[in-house]
Amino acid sequence: MANGHAKPRHESDVLLEIRNLKVEATVYSPNEKPRDVTIVDGVSLALKRGKVLGLIGESGAGKSTIGLSAMGYGRGGVRITGGEVLLNGRDILQGGVKGLRKVRGSEVCYVAQSAAAAFNPAHRLMDQVVEAALLHGLGTRAEAEKRAIALFKKLRLPDAQKIGSRYPHQVSGGQLQRVMTAMALCSEPDLIVFDEPTTALDVTTQIDVLAAIKDAIRDTSVAALYITHDLAVVAQVSDEIMVLQDGKMVEHGETRQVIEAPRMDYTKALVSVRSIDHEEKNPAQEPLLSVRNITAAYGGDAVKVLQHVSVDIHPGQTLAVVGESGSGKSTLARVITGLLPPIAGSITFANRMLAPRLADRSRDDLRELQMIYQMADVAMNPRQTVGTIIGRPLEFYFGMRGKERDARVGELLDEIEMGKGFVHRYPAELSGGQKQRVCIARALAAKPKLIICDEVTSALDPLVADGILKLLLRLQKFEDVAYLFITHDLATVKAIADSIAVMYRGEVVRYGSKTQVLRPPFDAYTDLLLSSVPEMEVGWLESAIKGRRMESAGN
Amino acid sequence: MFNIRQIPLAAWIGLLLTGLAVICALFAQWIAPHGNGEIVGDVWAPMSSAHWLGTDNLGRDLLSRMIYGARITIFIAGMATALSFSLGAILGFTAAVVGGLVDTLMSGVVDLLMAIPTLIFGLVILAVLPANNVTLILVMGILSSTRVYRLSRAVAADINAMDFVEAAKLRGEGLSWIIFREILPNAMSLLVAELGLRFIFSVLFLSALSYLGLGVQPPDADWGGMVMENKDGIVFGIPAALIPAAAIAGLGISVNLVVDWVLTRTTSFKGGRD
Amino acid sequence: MKGAFRGSPVLKLVAQRIALGIFLLFAVSVLIFAGTQILPGDVAQSILGQSATPEAVANLRQELGLNDPAYMRYFQWVGGVLTGDLGKALTTRQEITVTLMPRLWNTLFLAFWAAAVSIPLSIILGLIAVRFRNGPVDKAISGFALASTSLPEFFIGYLLILFLAVKLQWFPSISTVYDGMPFLEKLKAIVLPVIALVIVVLAHMMRMTRAAILNVMQSAYIETAELKGLSALDIICKHAFPNAIAPIVNVVMLNMAYLVVGVVVIEVIFVYPGMGQYLVDHVVKRDVPVVQAVGLIFAAVYIGLNIVADVAAILANPRLRHPK
Repeated sequence: MANGHAKPRHESDVLLEIRNLKVEATVYSPNEKPRDVTIVDGVSLALKRGKVLGLIGESGAGKSTIGLSAMGYGRGGVRITGGEVLLNGRDILQGGVKGLRKVRGSEVCYVAQSAAAAFNPAHRLMDQVVEAALLHGLGTRAEAEKRAIALFKKLRLPDAQKIGSRYPHQVSGGQLQRVMTAMALCSEPDLIVFDEPTTALDVTTQIDVLAAIKDAIRDTSVAALYITHDLAVVAQVSDEIMVLQDGKMVEHGETRQVIEAPRMDYTKALVSVRSIDHEEKNPAQEPLLSVRNITAAYGGDAVKVLQHVSVDIHPGQTLAVVGESGSGKSTLARVITGLLPPIAGSITFANRMLAPRLADRSRDDLRELQMIYQMADVAMNPRQTVGTIIGRPLEFYFGMRGKERDARVGELLDEIEMGKGFVHRYPAELSGGQKQRVCIARALAAKPKLIICDEVTSALDPLVADGILKLLLRLQKFEDVAYLFITHDLATVKAIADSIAVMYRGEVVRYGSKTQVLRPPFDAYTDLLLSSVPEMEVGWLESAIKGRRMESAGN
Repeated sequence: MFNIRQIPLAAWIGLLLTGLAVICALFAQWIAPHGNGEIVGDVWAPMSSAHWLGTDNLGRDLLSRMIYGARITIFIAGMATALSFSLGAILGFTAAVVGGLVDTLMSGVVDLLMAIPTLIFGLVILAVLPANNVTLILVMGILSSTRVYRLSRAVAADINAMDFVEAAKLRGEGLSWIIFREILPNAMSLLVAELGLRFIFSVLFLSALSYLGLGVQPPDADWGGMVMENKDGIVFGIPAALIPAAAIAGLGISVNLVVDWVLTRTTSFKGGRD
Repeated sequence: MKGAFRGSPVLKLVAQRIALGIFLLFAVSVLIFAGTQILPGDVAQSILGQSATPEAVANLRQELGLNDPAYMRYFQWVGGVLTGDLGKALTTRQEITVTLMPRLWNTLFLAFWAAAVSIPLSIILGLIAVRFRNGPVDKAISGFALASTSLPEFFIGYLLILFLAVKLQWFPSISTVYDGMPFLEKLKAIVLPVIALVIVVLAHMMRMTRAAILNVMQSAYIETAELKGLSALDIICKHAFPNAIAPIVNVVMLNMAYLVVGVVVIEVIFVYPGMGQYLVDHVVKRDVPVVQAVGLIFAAVYIGLNIVADVAAILANPRLRHPK
């Protein structure tokens, strides 16, 4: 086994061929008999040597499952029940466990979404990077380590000579993702499966990792399956794209064709997502909410998370607060709601001075300032029905009871495009998008003047998120409510904002109307942020990297 | 809310046996064929149609004593559980929601109490306190409340940190709405399960104390005390002591089955598939 | 800067944990002492009974130092404990230390063998349960675990005596041990209490071991190892074991603490001359100094095992061993 140095190479041009793949899993739901569900049904694909195929789809599309089937692996009890997976001309599903073990880590390697979890915390990085190469007898330890260091350099990791002697927790997320790519490349495989490798990263880090991965793929001429839910990302790295929905193939074609001339409706919807046209409104005379010179800190005054922040929100308009993790954008929301009293500064709301502490605010202040959360599932009490959830603010603020309340709940359900049939449902019986809609209805029930939306679409699939954004815009029109929209996603900002505040390390670095903020010249950070957002355009990555003036922030 | 048909067999058995024990406890004087202290035959007579379970070390009807024993066992264990529960849950919830110094102080005391094994601490205290049922209930209830405190504090703190509780606070809801309408319904199943486990623990604790001669004092006897009364028969091959012992085990297992069912119901309600 | 402090967070945490343990032990000694002071009425009176003459009671009070304030007596007691003097028993007037030492050894002997059997057994069974997860073996194991948490010790004990000692006559029903007893005979004498103790802790330890291993086996890095083509054995040895060791040690130590307490009832069932038997006898006789001493020793062992469990968890955490 140790001498299996030479890997079987075949003359054929096709590296991987998947025919009629069927993947099933057994679902154990309580109080029901276990039943089998089909996760992937009848998917076929062929991948030539050195090419990259992007697998794209929303959650539940089966894209990761297909990627892992190229390694003969089913995650968490998932079974490959039909079809063939031909790698280098052999059906790896027929080779038994031993055969699969020979393929994994030598012919096919895997890069996971969360490198932080995928590395063993107990071992040094280098030991893990060379492990597969040594296991499969692909050179001595010294050779493998040399290769690894060369890869660290190629992937532009700092201190390439020494980074291998660190432990996973001693390295940042973006770096760890690149180390994982080096780990996959270290055994010089024919194919790498990238499973959402940049999804968990901040946008300015993502672009670096993406560029590093792309260069590494090009220079080593390895083939790849690149799995992601983000069409703009996959457009940068892949030669071909396959669009999946509910475990079935929707469309498969060359990247440029899929992006620029999609054939199927579903693909068209995915491509045109975030292309909401939103006309910017002019600021009113008097702002609705005025934040002046807010400085805030957690744990006494030790760590200042907000410094001298001043922004205005105008009635019926949307202020988008953009920033990466750690920029202080969610803290700003906590200060405005009164959950975190600031150390300095003041907030005026509808011509009234807002008390810094939640407990000191009047009921009208609370009513007119509502909040919607990122995770709709935990923002609703799982023991209350939709009717109770939406009805409570009506009782609490307006004293509505009985039929009057129920009628209003029905109206609100209609407004969020769900209908009265949902009144008796529990949150667990709703889809992700429906949950967020109920949260919106709960906020609307209070007849607020301002709603704080904290990353309300970032946990949702693109099409669902699109629906939520459109709903919010529509509601703004006839309820005349203002939004403070917190997000890390610039595409969302462009779709809904009237004015924008860019935050970086607790400070507002750029602030103004949407056109002002998005018009050059930019400050260094805004430039970095704007240039890091993947555009749905082939060749965007190269030009973006070339045009950058500042190193990525969170790295 | 839930379908009777969906109750699994194991939970049915648990409910049935627990119910039987409770009925025996409630209606002992009508169910038991003989009096509690009435000597009706020979010492350790074998099982017969007259005495279904035979007689005990003094010639009393074992079945009757078992039925009266159920009353004492369940009464004392139940009272101790009720005490431990009201004490532990109220203080635990308060600590979690109020926080600050109150929390630190109470948690410190609980940590200290839990640093001594319950049985050992119980024995130390019983060495000086008068032996009666009130003492037993107090000692068992207070010692057992530390675990309830820990659990309720942890559960309440978890739920208190959830967004829906924050949403209620932002709405301006008062403390009682937050505790009783937002937190409690979500903690209920866990607390009910804990109630069951505390009851089992109390039954076992009481039985151990009585077996060691420090629990219920003669002529009354709980099941643990009956094991002690009849233990000398074992070496002669007389299994009388095993009957109350088995009853304790049976009661414990039945309650456990119910608890297990309550717990799976909780997880299935919240979880579903992602 | 970084180099100078390398490794120190672990030492600091361990030192903190041990210091906390010692503090806890002192606090516990106060609690145990206070617990024995809540006696309603007079200790001397209750020892001598109602018929005692006032002079006799006064003499005994003098002798017991009961005329001193409680805190004085506490410090005298703790001072004695720290120098190895546990005081005199009220009932026999003998030095407690002298009577207690051989019994302590007997208890440790019993606990040692129960641990020696139950630890490897529960880890192996835990591994089997993980290997055949949700299969019949796993279900049987968790069913047994569920049942055994509700079994009183004496039920297990008397079942063993009835069948293995009385009916089959393989082992003695009373576990007599004495000084100078041949080792093998001593072992034979404790077989039944060891079995009973093993059953008492096994299920719980097994269930917790299973959960600890499962937790590790479901980590993403195990999947990474699988996707590198490692064999199941390699995955377990190289990737699972280093991460599972701390939780398992933790589980084992917590159960050992549980076992030490379980000893009390088991010793009474098998009339084994250990600490538990000694404690129970003197609780019945209301011999406070003995109860205090034995209670403190049990608490010390319990706290000690808990410290070991926590320290093991700290030492095995790579994040603490290799700080940023």
